[in-house]
Amino acid sequence: MTSLVGSRTLLDALGEVRDPELDEPITTLGFVASVSLSSDGNAAVHLRLPTYFCAPNFAYLMVADAYDVVSTVEGVRRTEVVLDDHFAADAINEGVAARAGFVASFQGEAVDELDPLRRDFLRKAVLAGTDLVCRPLVDAGASPAALAAMTLGEVPDSPAVDRLRRRRAELGLPAGDRAPLLVDPASGAAVGDAAVPLHLRRARLTRTSLDANTGICRGMLRHRYGVEDDS
Amino acid sequence: MYEKDGEKYFVVDSHMHYWQAGPETWVPGAEKYAKGWIECFHAYQGLAPAETHWPIEKFMSYTEDDLMKDVFEDGYVDVAVFQPTYLTEWYKDGFNTTERNAALGEKHPGRFIANTRWDPREGEDGLKKLAENVERYGSKGVKLYTAEWREGSRGWKLTDPGAYKYLDACRELGIVNIHVHKGPTIWPLDKDAFDVSDVDHAATDFPELNFIVEHVGLPRIEDFCFMATQEPNVYAGLSVVIGGLMHARPKFFAKVMGELLFWVGEDKMTFGSDYGIWEPKWQIEGFVDWDYPSDEFSDYPRVTTATKKKILGLNAAKLYGIDVPSECQLPAEAGTPAARDDSVGVSSESPAATLA
Repeated sequence: MTSLVGSRTLLDALGEVRDPELDEPITTLGFVASVSLSSDGNAAVHLRLPTYFCAPNFAYLMVADAYDVVSTVEGVRRTEVVLDDHFAADAINEGVAARAGFVASFQGEAVDELDPLRRDFLRKAVLAGTDLVCRPLVDAGASPAALAAMTLGEVPDSPAVDRLRRRRAELGLPAGDRAPLLVDPASGAAVGDAAVPLHLRRARLTRTSLDANTGICRGMLRHRYGVEDDS
Repeated sequence: MYEKDGEKYFVVDSHMHYWQAGPETWVPGAEKYAKGWIECFHAYQGLAPAETHWPIEKFMSYTEDDLMKDVFEDGYVDVAVFQPTYLTEWYKDGFNTTERNAALGEKHPGRFIANTRWDPREGEDGLKKLAENVERYGSKGVKLYTAEWREGSRGWKLTDPGAYKYLDACRELGIVNIHVHKGPTIWPLDKDAFDVSDVDHAATDFPELNFIVEHVGLPRIEDFCFMATQEPNVYAGLSVVIGGLMHARPKFFAKVMGELLFWVGEDKMTFGSDYGIWEPKWQIEGFVDWDYPSDEFSDYPRVTTATKKKILGLNAAKLYGIDVPSECQLPAEAGTPAARDDSVGVSSESPAATLA
């Protein structure tokens, strides 16, 4: 195989890493400050966040995920991922480089790894994604009963549906063609007719909250680093 | 007071600050945190209209004259509520203390309400200090910042046993308003520090206290709204919502306002400028002029002049017992500001009524 991998390939790989809180790739959020790949296979990635005090648990997940995806890029022999300008940067960078895990990286300050936290936010992503998929259906006149009876396979193809399926699959929720469109993101149970209006209200609220947070984060990053805001 | 189109708005700025954060105030060894904190605040100011931005030097050390002009002279505010944030591990004399606020307040009688604060990690000494502050400054409210660092600890929750002692003390001392501000750290660090479920528990266990969740729980607006629907004594503090979104992200602002009006309701939302992050003038003018931008928002509750009067001042006036001039009060049919018994949580038409 060719060894002609470059920073483009690294960026593509990093596009798989999401801010778990905002459910958006770190590449489109502007969190990747720089990437480089030397001819002998040393990959170096610098990440940056909207504030010095962004929550350290989410920051850790992004650095660790970035390390994982870059390490698997063909031609990469050694990976370095560095979070810049953050209060916990040393603990995070050293912990990820040592593959130490969150608890060991924050001795005495954490009692568990971050998988439960990540799952909590995936559930929010499923709810928000449900609004994205259902809003056009509701606008076109779909009744609560019709939505409750609908399967994922019956929804017209769109990037939003693909994304919703992927998030559900990540959580182990039904995501196939015959799975219900509306499920409880905690249990996976189908949402009954009567519960549909409230479910959709919650979905919309969750999406609104995510969108507002993302908007604020983009604005803060722009102010902090003088980067263009392409949203 | 702000007047527009013949309507008079009584303005209570229920969340503002008088801080000192210049390099001379930074604790040796903690300079990077002190600097990081104030720079983070300054970045928030970047979300305001450009003509209201300040250079970082002024932002770190604005003066009494700046504050009086921006908040009262130019900013239409009738009464302002100081919300202290101590951060004494980073700032030598504290970032923004009860004492510093009250000293300014004493020079301008009738203009300010001096809230105080507490931290459950300060134990018996802190309880004594709280009683002293209430006695000396007449505080009826406290500001709680759960992410404050203290002696190696990265924060706390309202459900910590120590915190319940302080909530008991608030009840005994006549403190009625608990302003809660979540931050990015907490113990343990693997939990979501912005989670508001501890406020939910405390609000249930202390029904006679009002819990004003500042920044509407941002970045957890959805969790906050679910909770506020079910707890009649939980309020939405709009600081950051108006300042951070109305200008910079008008479409998201409309959606967030729509959601808050639906889940929380106009009787339980209070304006706060978050000065010195944002000047109140543009926020008040913009909010009074504001409405949903398009039909896309037609299934959110309507926004009326009465809605805006309640949010800008009448709700907070009720929480703090501030007299409102009759010309600024609402006609009787517009409902009671900050009324607990008509909160959405107990109405048969409210979203909570359908929660299983």
